Amino acid sequence: MPLLPKNWPLWLLVLVLITLPIGVGLLWLFLTALFDQVHGLRPVGDFSPENWRFFTEGSVGGRPSIWVALKNSILFAAAVATLEVLIASMAAYAISRMKFPFRTPYLGMILVLHAFPAVSLLIAIYYILRVLGLFDTLIGVILVKASLELPLGIWLMKGFFDQLSWDMEMAALVDGASRWTVFWKVALPLVRPGILALGTFALLSAWGEFILPFTFIVSGKSWTLALYMQSFMREAFVDYGLMAAVGLFYAAPVLLLFLLGQRYLLNIYSGGVKG
Amino acid sequence: MKRGIPVRLEGLSKRFGRVEAVKRLDLEIGAGELVAFLGPSGCGKTTTLLMIAGIYRPTTGAVYFGDRRVDPLHPRDRDVGMVFQSYALYPHLTLFENIAFPLRLKKVPDAEVRARVQKTADLLGIGHILERKPAQVSGGQQQRAALARALVKEPQVLLLDEPLSNLDAQIRLSARAEIRRLQQELGVTAILVTHDQAEALAMADRVAVFSMGELQQYDTPEVLYHRPKNTFVAGFVGSPPMNLIEGTFTGDGFRSGELRIPIPGAPTGKGWLGVRPEHLALGEGGHPARVLVVEPLGREVLVVAEVAGVRLQVLLPEDRRPEPGGQVGVVFPERATLHFFDETGRRIGPE
Repeated sequence: MPLLPKNWPLWLLVLVLITLPIGVGLLWLFLTALFDQVHGLRPVGDFSPENWRFFTEGSVGGRPSIWVALKNSILFAAAVATLEVLIASMAAYAISRMKFPFRTPYLGMILVLHAFPAVSLLIAIYYILRVLGLFDTLIGVILVKASLELPLGIWLMKGFFDQLSWDMEMAALVDGASRWTVFWKVALPLVRPGILALGTFALLSAWGEFILPFTFIVSGKSWTLALYMQSFMREAFVDYGLMAAVGLFYAAPVLLLFLLGQRYLLNIYSGGVKG
Repeated sequence: MKRGIPVRLEGLSKRFGRVEAVKRLDLEIGAGELVAFLGPSGCGKTTTLLMIAGIYRPTTGAVYFGDRRVDPLHPRDRDVGMVFQSYALYPHLTLFENIAFPLRLKKVPDAEVRARVQKTADLLGIGHILERKPAQVSGGQQQRAALARALVKEPQVLLLDEPLSNLDAQIRLSARAEIRRLQQELGVTAILVTHDQAEALAMADRVAVFSMGELQQYDTPEVLYHRPKNTFVAGFVGSPPMNLIEGTFTGDGFRSGELRIPIPGAPTGKGWLGVRPEHLALGEGGHPARVLVVEPLGREVLVVAEVAGVRLQVLLPEDRRPEPGGQVGVVFPERATLHFFDETGRRIGPE
């Protein structure tokens, strides 16, 4: 255990003050979701499950069922994460291990793509999706989201593959493996921490994605939870209680995933791959 | 198990960009022979081994296993087993699955995999720890597991890349003997890459000495020791290394600065005189010398003495220990144990 700094109560106070706005926000979310009416942070109504009616009522205010939105969000996040992990691992392995023409410019391009603001691409992507007939489909948004996330994923996985010893792969080749087998049976199992980290990261990022589904999805049957929530803001009278309840429902899986996956997320920064 | 096959390298070279790591190498290894590739690091010995394994593609030249030309083949089609310096065990698999890996890739039926892994592991004395992961066993056991993995598919050629250099000195000696015993028992053709000349001399039928990507000499340990082809081999093989004195041969002797050694029937011209430390002696009537260092080696004593500006290493029996700083006489041996090299370092006289 490291020793506490000399004036630790002061530091603690500073930290608490910095964290306070977020804490207050969360508190508001909980209170608003659980009580009939809340003024500021003071519940004025009764404790009531009224705000959670979206669970039982098939459709709240003409919206599609929350379960459809939940299903779409899960599908969206899972598909994006799977695609991203799969493609990023294979691309990163190739970049890390093989020599091919234009490798260095390609690496540079990936970095540029990563830095490129996705919002500025929205109109072009809209046309592309229209041409491909993928506008207003979940698949279309999945492809767009996965592509935009790939550069980061490739760089991340490349870092993990770079740390693997060549000897191990040479040994596998001599043992009779093809390059393909080496990738699946030797290299990939050894970068498991990287895969888990990237997977968790991709899941979280896709789960919270708003602008892409908002732009490219119109019909209710393809709504994700983010769109479901946003739909409350479009009304003249915003039912904050209902919105807070949906918000909590939306945030719960992320909290759970983060609790389970934070060990792997930390790996992104430390980058250790010891077997 | 099947017998090993001969390996032949023809005009083999390898370039990395501008660096020529291996230069036009011709070499033949007999069936069931153990040959050591010996040389300092960066001499091209590991590059050559990796070309034989099929990891590197030769820039020019060919590799034959028996009559089969293998250099265009993928490693898996070559029937070689290899042990790496780092052992390169798969850390995510148990020792059993590590050893079974080559068989699994060949789609050998499960029962046979079990039997063969167990047999090979027992042969190497690691049959009782097969369920452990590599990180849970000692370095010596990892080395055995790596050897078992190389041997389990009963290869015709066994490649060993510095397999002992990560072991403790104590285990290294027994591992040396064990690898040699196994190799002879199985009759597999083996190539051992090492920078340790004692290891090469002790284990190999023949030793190929490399320097700067070129083969310097390829012969039995005895010939290498007693008739080194050039000053590089003379200085690299043997411990402590041979004394090499630069000077001039005068037909009846050798001169280097103030030092004059009469040698009947010596060649003429500039060159190098080589003499092994164990062939020098201290005694009356020798060349006057000053003792610089006395280093007890257990059974013997290594003395560094300076004779007329030339430093010589002399190996003496333990009971003859001079004082550092003292004056002694260094006695040169008969002609038969002296080595003559010309200006370019090539051996003069009987091959």
